[in-house]
Amino acid sequence: MPHWLDLMLQSLGPLLWAGLVFTVPLTLLAFALGLGLGFLTALARLYGPRPLAALARFYVWIIRGTPLLVQLFVIFYGLPSLGILLDAFPAALIGFTINVGAYTSEIVRAVIAAIPKGQWEASFSIGMSWSQAMRRTVLPQASRIAVPPLSNSFISLVKDTSLAAAITVPELFQAAQRVVATTYEPLIIYVEAALIYLALSSVLSALQNRLEAALARSAGALEPAA
Amino acid sequence: MKIDVSHVTKQFGSFAALAGVDLEIKSGELVALLGPSGSGKTTLLRIIAGLEWPDEGQVFFDGTDALARSVRERHVGFVFQHYALFRHLTVFENVAFGLRVKPRRRRPDEAKIRAKVHELLDLVQLRPLAERHPNQLSGGQRQRIALARALAIEPSVLLLDEPFGALDAKVRKELRRWLRHLHESINVTSVFVTHDQEEALEVADRVVVMDKGRIEQVGTPEEVYERPATSFVHDFIGESVVIPVSVADGALHFGGGRLALDSQGVHTGDARLFVRPADIHVGPPDDAPLKGTVKRVHGIGSARRLEIDLVPAYSIEIDASGTGATPGDLIGLTPNRYRVFAVGA
Repeated sequence: MPHWLDLMLQSLGPLLWAGLVFTVPLTLLAFALGLGLGFLTALARLYGPRPLAALARFYVWIIRGTPLLVQLFVIFYGLPSLGILLDAFPAALIGFTINVGAYTSEIVRAVIAAIPKGQWEASFSIGMSWSQAMRRTVLPQASRIAVPPLSNSFISLVKDTSLAAAITVPELFQAAQRVVATTYEPLIIYVEAALIYLALSSVLSALQNRLEAALARSAGALEPAA
Repeated sequence: MKIDVSHVTKQFGSFAALAGVDLEIKSGELVALLGPSGSGKTTLLRIIAGLEWPDEGQVFFDGTDALARSVRERHVGFVFQHYALFRHLTVFENVAFGLRVKPRRRRPDEAKIRAKVHELLDLVQLRPLAERHPNQLSGGQRQRIALARALAIEPSVLLLDEPFGALDAKVRKELRRWLRHLHESINVTSVFVTHDQEEALEVADRVVVMDKGRIEQVGTPEEVYERPATSFVHDFIGESVVIPVSVADGALHFGGGRLALDSQGVHTGDARLFVRPADIHVGPPDDAPLKGTVKRVHGIGSARRLEIDLVPAYSIEIDASGTGATPGDLIGLTPNRYRVFAVGA
């Protein structure tokens, strides 16, 4: 067995374990929470009273305008100065959630705005309230157009979680760094880590395709708005 | 349900969509709002529906203030120009939706919903398509589903915004007749917007002719066609030959000469003479009030038309099925029926 393969197989266990225990949960949780935050932010911007809409815009502006790594450092290393001490994992989860929230709010805002006004009016005219129209007419249609851009965010997030290594979360990439520290084989081990990320995002891409196909089957493809 | 619209105005920026509109629609009537684009007809319909709010004025449904209620509380069925069917639902669910979203205590049970939807799909003759999605239907089918959806909530008023506007000519004609029959069978007060005079005259009990945010005339199809109240109505409905004239000393003048025609009480000043092309008699030039030279003849048989240069220079086109005039002939023209309107009236 060639040396590189041997090395990869030996380190596969720790890397996969770190991925399973930290990277995957961090990704799933941060995305779910971030999407919720993004939805609320989008609603605030679209329909909120002026101060709330301004606050939402400010939030998106700050988060999109600063590096994710810096945001994580502020939360993990900066907040203790204010007496807020967080463990590495919760700090990372908060950082990623806030980050995902800002980006997905823009997606949610765009897809809700893309639903033609006539769909709202048709809903009202058959007796729906605003929230009924939102839940039963607009969101089902909007969520379908949202699948590709949200999948993009999700796949980006999987890879971005490697930044959590910098705030001491023992996730996949940090596990790789630790292996490198003992084996002095950075090329092999980092390529191996890259391949695991690639596998994870490939699985997500495949899921995205199946989800899109299922949505198209379940309710007919949406045609362009008239 | 009786609808009363009173002194309604609506401004979009600097554009006056409605400049003071009064209208009374009787219970069970089928009324057409007819006018060119920008005449305010759609705005008026949307204000009646509650999709738009007037700047001033009032709307009453059976004497109660409709403006105090939102669109969902007004109980109107609205049919949109581009259908606005729910694209994520089947035909069946589109029609059922208005019943399913009712508050629980007023919501019919599943069996009643199914029965009602099937009844409506039978009414619009589309029951076999119940499980399709809107994007699998033709334009005419979509519009009928939109109508079934609007009727599902048993509205007290049915409002239709250019319902057949996006359909081809043949389907339009079919649906027109079908809407007429539907209205006779369900007899709900209905208002539809159209820019197609043929549609309005064929389908409606009464026609409301609108221009520039105002109502020009309200009347039966016969009234607006036979007795147009304003020059706009005469021009807009049916074909008109229009000749610029002037009124002086109680008589009509054209091209410097006095015409042997009645000025119909129009005051001194510039005016226009309106005649339906079919109401012009072509004869020898001798005593005819208007004279002209045949410039061109086109069409044959009943579609024969003459292009005539009046003396002095003014060009008109008339029906000429019964004449043997050929290009170059000097002929006399006698309007059997005509209307004179002052410019601006």
